[in-house]
Amino acid sequence: MQMNDPTPDLERARDLVSRVKDPEIPVLTIADLGVLRDVQYENRRLVVTITPTYTGCPAMKAIEDDIQAVLHGAGFHNVEVRTQMSPPWTTDWMDERARRKLEAYGIAPPRPLASRGPIHCPQCHSANTERVSEYGSTACKALYRCLDCLEPFDYFKCI
Amino acid sequence: MNAPALFEYTLRLGDDALINGQRLSEWCGHGPFLEEDVGVANTALDLIGRARLLLSYAGTLEGKGRDEDDLAFTRDERAWRNVLLVELPKGDFGFTTVRQFLLDAFNRQLYLGLLNSKDETLVGIAGRSAKECEYHLRHSSEWVLRLGDGTEESHCRAQRALDDLWPYTPELFESDAVTEQMEQQGIAPPAAKLRQAWLHTVEPLLRKVRLTIPENAWPQTGGRQGMHSEHMGFLLAEMQFVQRAYPGQKW
Repeated sequence: MQMNDPTPDLERARDLVSRVKDPEIPVLTIADLGVLRDVQYENRRLVVTITPTYTGCPAMKAIEDDIQAVLHGAGFHNVEVRTQMSPPWTTDWMDERARRKLEAYGIAPPRPLASRGPIHCPQCHSANTERVSEYGSTACKALYRCLDCLEPFDYFKCI
Repeated sequence: MNAPALFEYTLRLGDDALINGQRLSEWCGHGPFLEEDVGVANTALDLIGRARLLLSYAGTLEGKGRDEDDLAFTRDERAWRNVLLVELPKGDFGFTTVRQFLLDAFNRQLYLGLLNSKDETLVGIAGRSAKECEYHLRHSSEWVLRLGDGTEESHCRAQRALDDLWPYTPELFESDAVTEQMEQQGIAPPAAKLRQAWLHTVEPLLRKVRLTIPENAWPQTGGRQGMHSEHMGFLLAEMQFVQRAYPGQKW
């Protein structure tokens, strides 16, 4: 049941796509992460453009499938998910609201690239933390430990 | 035009990334401890991701309908274009670490150079890769520091690894008709400059931990022409098994 006027239709598609969640960090949507770059019609095909976080991130395929599934479910059948490499994704595309959501979820948010401040514990907010490993549970995270409350935590690497 | 040379060049980049990633992934579940197990597997994942982008682009350039999977899983040994350095067996953790350090330092220079390539797709892939290389290099450098400056045993093993690996490094900077054409067209960064920048990264750290670069090492080469070591066939047998046994199977 496609509407004749493409504009509200496009708005609806954009809204649906922007609510697709990251499968590894379900508190963030792909719009929060900055992975979602664009939703446009090209002739009669709906083109969703995404930029991968890490080149080998296995979540990208899941995100692609989720975008297709949610759009198909809403009656959009001619959909292409396009990967755009340039400009490369950076954690600076994550806005303040997304950073706060990450922290509330227990993951220390990435610092803005220009800042060199301490990494705060997402549990007790202490700045007295140390790195345990450059790599964590997923490609985008490193493992840290709080030296005050002693909790280990994930830090979203800034890149 | 330049399509055959660009195809060949992109294939080399893709093959280096894939075979390096495949070798690193052998550590998954066998790392010296959990964090490092995860660390090595993560680096492998980045490399395999990079290989997918490069091989899929190579397939497009070739124009014969081969996609990334065809190129990865159905090519025989002689059709692979990776340097010998990446296909050598993973050895002990010292060997893997020293090799990764040499490669990360090279890759960082290479992909920084490719950011200025005249080929837009390579620029796009390099944008992401250069950042990842930076991260990989930091990680492998820290380990070279620890192993080189650690116990007598770790130093000894790191030195042995460097002795074994060094003769394979000149191949990274080898020039032939393909690289010359790519350099002339501004697609590839000049190999001589790459080598200089690479040495500039590698030498100070090795010196700092008293690891000695072997002199008069006989250069090992042949990978770019498809002449591989005896290890390559075994690696391919494992990597390609599923697609060979069940052609066209999808995940």
